[in-house]
Amino acid sequence: MNNETQRSEITIRYFAWVREKIGRTEERVQLPASVVTVRDLMQWQQSRGPQFAAAFAQPEAIRSALDRIHVKADAKIGAAREVGFFPPVTGG
Amino acid sequence: MSVSVQESDFDISTEIDRLSAGNDSIGAIATFAGKVRGVSHGKPIATLALEHYPGMTEDELSRIEAEAVTRFSLTASRIVHRVGTLLPGDNIVLVVACAPHRHDAIAACDFLMDYLKTNAPFWKKETGPDGVGEWVDARTSDDQALRRWQKTDL
Repeated sequence: MNNETQRSEITIRYFAWVREKIGRTEERVQLPASVVTVRDLMQWQQSRGPQFAAAFAQPEAIRSALDRIHVKADAKIGAAREVGFFPPVTGG
Repeated sequence: MSVSVQESDFDISTEIDRLSAGNDSIGAIATFAGKVRGVSHGKPIATLALEHYPGMTEDELSRIEAEAVTRFSLTASRIVHRVGTLLPGDNIVLVVACAPHRHDAIAACDFLMDYLKTNAPFWKKETGPDGVGEWVDARTSDDQALRRWQKTDL
C-alpha cells in the first residue's frame, strides 16, 4: 500500500473494433494510482495482455469519453465513473 | 425538439406531420434522409451494421439539436437514427428542421448532419456478400465540413 488515496472502481466500455480486439463490451477495473489522465489509462491498458496491447497499439487512433462526454487524451479521469474507448465515429 | 435512436424504420411523411401539426409559425420544413448504399468504394454491400454508445448517443444528439435550434431559430426539429443490421436501400438517418423561413431550415439540416457525423457515437460495419466485415473509416472530409460552421462563429 502507498499513501495515495485508493480509487474506487471505474467502468470501461469498448465499442466497434476496439471492442472486437479486446473481446468484451465493458468491465469494472480498479485503476492504479499512477493513472491520472485518459492517455495514462491507454498506456496502462497496453500492459494488460495481448488483446489489450493489440487494441491500444496506436492510442492516437482511439477516441475517448468520460462519463459519456467526448474528451481529449490529456483529460484527467478524476472522479469519472465511466470511460469509453472507441474509433472515430462514422454515423449518419 | 426530439431525438430517437431506434432499430425500427421511420416514415418521413409521418415524422413531418407529427412535428408540424398545429404549429402555424412554421413556414419552411427541410429534411435530410440518409440511406444504405448497395456499393461502397466499388465493393458490393450485403449488410450494414450500426453500433452506438447507448446513453451518450442520445445526449450528443440532443446537444447538437439544441445548438441548431439556437443558431437557426428553429420552431421544431427532429433527429431519428437507426441502429442494428440494415440492408441496402434501408433508411439510416432522418433530420427535420422547421423554421419560419427557408434558409434557416435548410442550413440547419446541413449543420445537424455535419455535427452528427463527427460527434454522435455511431460506428458502421459493412459486410460484403462473401461474409467479410469491415469497419468504415472516418472521413477527413467530414471534419473539413464541420470547420465551415466554426468559421461562421465570428
